[in-house]
Amino acid sequence: MGYTENELAKDLENQEYKFGFVTNIESDKAPKGLNEDIIRFISAKKEEPEWLLEFRLKAFALWKEMTEPEWAHVHYEKPDFQDITYYSAPKQTKKYESWDDVDPEMKETMSKLGISMEEQQRLTGVAVDFVMDSVSVATSFKSKLAELGIIFCSFSEAVKEHPELVRKHMGTVVPMTDNFYAALNSAVFTDGSFCYIPSGVRCPMELSTYFRINEGGTGQFERTLVVADQGSYVSYLEGCTAPQRDENQLHAAVVELIALDNAEIKYSTVQNWYPGDKEGKGGVYNFVTKRGLCERNAKISWTQVETGSAVTWKYPSCILKGDNSIGEFYSVAVTNNYQQADTGTKMIHLGKNTKSTIISKGISAGKSQNSYRGLVQIHKNAENARNFSQCDSLLMTDECGAHTFPYIECKNSSAKIEHEATTSKIGEDQIFYCLQRGISEEKAISLIVNGYCKEVLNQLPMEFAVEAQKLLAISLEGSVG
Amino acid sequence: MITIKNLHASIDGKEILKGLNLEVPAGQVHAIMGPNGAGKSTLASVLAGREDYEVTEGSVDFDGVDLLELSTEDRAREGMFLAFQYPVEIPGVSNVNFLRTSLNEIREYRGEEAISAKDFMAMVREKSAIVELDAKLASRSVNEGFSGGEKKRNEIFQMAMLEPKLAILDETDSGLDIDALRIVANGVNKLRSEKNATIVITHYQRLLDYIVPDVVHVLYNGRIVKSGPKELALELEEKGYDWIKAEQEAI
Repeated sequence: MGYTENELAKDLENQEYKFGFVTNIESDKAPKGLNEDIIRFISAKKEEPEWLLEFRLKAFALWKEMTEPEWAHVHYEKPDFQDITYYSAPKQTKKYESWDDVDPEMKETMSKLGISMEEQQRLTGVAVDFVMDSVSVATSFKSKLAELGIIFCSFSEAVKEHPELVRKHMGTVVPMTDNFYAALNSAVFTDGSFCYIPSGVRCPMELSTYFRINEGGTGQFERTLVVADQGSYVSYLEGCTAPQRDENQLHAAVVELIALDNAEIKYSTVQNWYPGDKEGKGGVYNFVTKRGLCERNAKISWTQVETGSAVTWKYPSCILKGDNSIGEFYSVAVTNNYQQADTGTKMIHLGKNTKSTIISKGISAGKSQNSYRGLVQIHKNAENARNFSQCDSLLMTDECGAHTFPYIECKNSSAKIEHEATTSKIGEDQIFYCLQRGISEEKAISLIVNGYCKEVLNQLPMEFAVEAQKLLAISLEGSVG
Repeated sequence: MITIKNLHASIDGKEILKGLNLEVPAGQVHAIMGPNGAGKSTLASVLAGREDYEVTEGSVDFDGVDLLELSTEDRAREGMFLAFQYPVEIPGVSNVNFLRTSLNEIREYRGEEAISAKDFMAMVREKSAIVELDAKLASRSVNEGFSGGEKKRNEIFQMAMLEPKLAILDETDSGLDIDALRIVANGVNKLRSEKNATIVITHYQRLLDYIVPDVVHVLYNGRIVKSGPKELALELEEKGYDWIKAEQEAI
């Protein structure tokens, strides 16, 4: 017969995490704990220059003075920072010359993730920089990109090969003093991605990094830096999955985007880290600082589809410094069982005629809590700034929660700010209508939810959108019947 | 096509259908009229399988199948179509995507292959012409931002696409101006055949000028209390329902 919301709730609770497996590759690990010696160990392991070690030590000194923030609408047991392994590298030391040289087990992992490299290379022309536990193991399409002067490599490689670029831009958008987790990341980050698009170059393919937390108890501290020089364009994809673990794993990444005059960066994320089991045990803590800086006429667009992690605390933001610059934020956040998400964006309007758009779609199921937190700030010199925000929440059960915390600070009277918000429950009428047309409950829910998220999914590059749709379907798939 | 015997149904413990009998053979159009609250829409909902209603007694044979044993979606897949009085909006889901999903689920149930995109689009063009539906509406989100008339035409368009054995039109004429009414009725008439049957639920005789029924039934207080030829509708239009009520109370 028909499908009630309670049944839907049950289905959602019963849905198990699909990527729970562990790759057995010997790791080269640091001992647990955090102190100056560990930081020196990491830096030495990575053969870093002196300035970077100093950067780390300074961040560590600052971090020790800071306290963990508590303002987010999430509740969790605070991580014991002395019980975390801060460095873990797969034991292979050499870089692969060809795809055939890659450890078969690692390939297996990738194919379980559905990102067979051969396939990706052949079909989509996506250059993948695959990060498995801190060290990059395979990078493709590099030579093709190099012809255009595009640099796309692991962060450690960038430190070695392009120290001047890294040193110039690192920490300029997210300073180490920014927040507790940004400071921690600045002290202990192990790897990540670096991307530089030269002036006037339009990157011909989507650049993609797959992050994956693999080692139990390993905190992952990624750092990503994307610099789009004047008049350039790049679309960057970040996808993440983590294997099933009992203890909570901490992920505190920093992502910095810099769009110089007339440049455009499109940054898309699909995140499905392990959310914990249906009792709320385990799962990833995802405390990420993502921020972009727009110079004159530049544009940064963040798109995210978030279905994973036990606790998410994430606000991809734009500093609209240059006149006529544009910031966009498109987000779908799904929470289930005991997941908690506090996510949103900050749009800081500094320049004249700056524009920002925020479209946020929250879907709460089970006993989860889903919060949108956003700040639109118009500074006094930001003449004619415009913002449009739309925050929609969809509730699947009576036990979940949706919260909206929009902050607006306006210091210029010429600004135009619009905010729209809706909260709805998935409609029995909509489901009945679908059923009466012969559509099964499962497909009906998938149709309705995908329709609800369409404005955001439309922003994703094609192949990513398909993956995101599948992910939403998996998140909402149940044992109907 | 459908044989309903002694059907009792209630909602929240309140009995609405109180022993309803109705038989609609293939190739015929039957109209069901009656005053407000008689149970007309309840009948449509119960037949379609809306879960809010509980069937407490009776049987429904749908072309040889025990309808009440089937889930809502299987009733649809067996060939029952309900044109909604208030068609539901599904934001972000295009009409064509919705219909293709629907059509393929029905085909799968019948062991048929999924329809190709090319054949499907050809079918959309052919069937949308029947109700003079703008092709643009086919690619818009299901019923979102449609006018009342467009929504009703969209229902008949879906009906044309799904080619049901039994179509139930629940107050399809409500909210339609005379032109839209004519278009909708023309659509329904074009879809009439010896193999299918139609139940038209309506308040007003007006629709029956365009969709001429074989039989008119009067539903009152949860039962069919009077059946007759199409002229019965005219009589109801002229005299209202009071005489039916009086007649019933006399019994």
